[in-house]
Amino acid sequence: MNIQIENIRKYFGDVRANDGIDLVIPSGIIQGILGENGAGKSTLMKIISGFIQADSGRILLNGKPVSVSSPSEAIQLGIGMMHQDPMDFPSLNVIDNFLLGQGGKILPDYRASRERFLELQKKFGFRIHPDQLVESLTIGERQQLELLRLLFMGANVLILDEPTTGISTEQKEKIFAALKKLSKDNKTVIFVSHKLEEVEELCDRVAVLRQGKLVGIKEPPYKTSDLVRMMFGKEVKLTERRSCKSEIPRVRLENLYIEGTRMEIQDVNLEVCKGEVIGLAGMEGSGQQLFLRALAGLVRPVSGDIFIDGRRMTGKSYHEFQRMGVDYVPAARLEEGLIRGFSLTDHVILTETQKGFFINKESYQTNVQRKISEFNVHGKPETLVEELSGGNQQRASLALLREPHSVLLLEHPTRGLDIESTIDIWEKLKMYCREGTSIFFNSADLEEIMRYSDHILVFFSGRVSVPLRAEGISVDQLGQMIGGKNLEVMK
Amino acid sequence: MIRQLLSSNWVSKILAILSAFLFTVLILLAIGAQPLEAYRNILAGSLGKWQKIGEVIRAWLPLVIVTSGLAVTFTAGLWNIGVEGQINMGAILTTFVIRELQEQAVSPSLVVFLAILAGVFGGMLWASLAALLKIYGGISEIFAGLGLNFVADAIILWLIFGPWKRPGIGSMSGTIPFGEQFRLPNLPGWPISIWTILLAVLIVVIVYIVLKGSYFGLRLKAIGRNIRAAFIKGVPTVRHMLMAFMICGLCAGLTGSLQVVSVHFRLVPSIASGYGFLGILVSMLVNYHVLWSLPVAFLFSTLNTGSIQLPMVMKLDASLTGVLQGSLVLFVLLLDGMSKKISRKVKEE
Repeated sequence: MNIQIENIRKYFGDVRANDGIDLVIPSGIIQGILGENGAGKSTLMKIISGFIQADSGRILLNGKPVSVSSPSEAIQLGIGMMHQDPMDFPSLNVIDNFLLGQGGKILPDYRASRERFLELQKKFGFRIHPDQLVESLTIGERQQLELLRLLFMGANVLILDEPTTGISTEQKEKIFAALKKLSKDNKTVIFVSHKLEEVEELCDRVAVLRQGKLVGIKEPPYKTSDLVRMMFGKEVKLTERRSCKSEIPRVRLENLYIEGTRMEIQDVNLEVCKGEVIGLAGMEGSGQQLFLRALAGLVRPVSGDIFIDGRRMTGKSYHEFQRMGVDYVPAARLEEGLIRGFSLTDHVILTETQKGFFINKESYQTNVQRKISEFNVHGKPETLVEELSGGNQQRASLALLREPHSVLLLEHPTRGLDIESTIDIWEKLKMYCREGTSIFFNSADLEEIMRYSDHILVFFSGRVSVPLRAEGISVDQLGQMIGGKNLEVMK
Repeated sequence: MIRQLLSSNWVSKILAILSAFLFTVLILLAIGAQPLEAYRNILAGSLGKWQKIGEVIRAWLPLVIVTSGLAVTFTAGLWNIGVEGQINMGAILTTFVIRELQEQAVSPSLVVFLAILAGVFGGMLWASLAALLKIYGGISEIFAGLGLNFVADAIILWLIFGPWKRPGIGSMSGTIPFGEQFRLPNLPGWPISIWTILLAVLIVVIVYIVLKGSYFGLRLKAIGRNIRAAFIKGVPTVRHMLMAFMICGLCAGLTGSLQVVSVHFRLVPSIASGYGFLGILVSMLVNYHVLWSLPVAFLFSTLNTGSIQLPMVMKLDASLTGVLQGSLVLFVLLLDGMSKKISRKVKEE
């Protein structure tokens, strides 16, 4: 199906997520949509698949204008979207999930659906048992299931939003092969990513978005440097790496054994000094979050010990960790990090130590102003956090950390920020390091991990590598280890 | 223009009140009654005479106390449906203390004082049960409260027909009334005690100030808006939730206690008489603002008192006011949601 979008605009407050995008995607090709975080890729895809509505502009399918006002309408028109996080029902089994969304009849036809499922799965070489519970599948298998379901629903246009996040190399290859097969069957595939290599490997055409606008369209052979320049709008100049690591120990982990819902991390032995930065690399969901939460005191280790400044913290509550100066910034900003309806000042008051019984708001003004300007948050002390844009919320979460801190545990500290803000944020964080704060952070961006860490821990499905010196390691080496190759695991 | 208007909070509130009255008028017309006549009767039966106004205030004060307590739990995002049972437990423990001490050589004022303390304790006890079930048992406070309401009701009935029954045979009219000396004295000419007024004012002021300007209030708000983020930010959520329940239980227990020592002078079945549920309606209507709950609670008390007239004068059921109150809440919530949606749209453009 030929899909054409005309002059699509979508503003969120002052943020121009999509600012007049025109694009024609002929059927039978794999169209890449490339752009850094916050470039407007997801917004555009959500508009095409009916999750949100554009403020203006048209969508045409095979030359006919259509209105896509809900995902169910989209799938009726043949547009199916696979989201970054699988939107399925983990407590149901595979075949029930497969059937979901089929309309028309009161009773589902299990036998026919089952046959159809097995037939589709065979075509793409997937191997999922139809009676398995979805919660027992890997993320990669859940994506495969979702892909089959969309095809079963009659999708002719398939949109995949960052599908390779959190899946193994093998599964990635499987899904890529499936997509190539689909494009041969004359289906339209839209592949959204911010990863250059994947787009170059897979796509017949790449459209690059930047700040809500379409910057250009490229066809193979691709020149990586061109794509980078289009994505960022300029050559990116980076600050020199520098270490603020001291020789004074801050955190010590001994034989740490942590158990999560679907994962365990074993035998972590580590010593981290004041001012040291530890980058956690690995596919999303390989145990980095669990590790950070254990260090924050949110998850109790099964065995082993955590020492902070020489004090044994094992089994202590999260709030006791906080009293030791440990602070944790979760990735889910509005779900866990910030409180809707609260202003920036309210957040500061909430985290500071109580002075008396009643609040004197005035006394916080200068402090809040300082935090806002230090982290370049575009907002006033009385601005409510939900009124801030995503990037500013991210800056605010970091600005609102309680002080003083000894250990910062940051999940994706610069997610959604452009490259300049990222550099700013790290300037600030490195300043904390000079004052003796140790930082643990995870990131999907390998460059970020290599540039700002002193040591890197690579996570691969719960296994943790020995600390690697960040200086001197290459993207390739790191990439292989993330995929589980040449990984030297801690003993 | 119209959308701008609709997006205003005030316009939507006024529209909601008009819609609720219109809705009730339609119902009255449907059953063949005279709407204006009905409203006139309600007004006459509530604000028509000084004596009636006294009755309205007598119903208003306990409602104000309960609603203030509920403002605390609602602020923390907790639905203390068990408030009705907490009122009943307050009444039970108050009655218990007076029954135990009335024959003893203790000064009656001291007895009443202790009885009120016991009532407050009873409310807090019942509230803390709901809180503990929620915090440690993982049971929604709504269901825990609902269950505890039934238990409290059952305890009252058991006491009235069992251990505390009147000589001879128990009856729905309750336990034996206490002597004059165990009743809070009324203001001359009014059916209200000065103590009830003072306590109500005290509670409104304290709750208002605490929620408005204290660290405790801010933390409760944080919990109510996002308990997970509040915890991550370092708020001791369990302790604060427990305290919110206790404060609400305190207010509810006090209400039950006052019903015994200044209204009924004995324990009667369902002595809470719906004040808890009515308080929840008032709280929702004013979006948990303590000061606004004063006039709204007054309106509700007026309607309740006035509607007692209806069966006698017009052969209408007194539950008409219930319909009015319920539809008022529904329309306010409905129009509030609509107005928010519209104002978001207006803002986006």
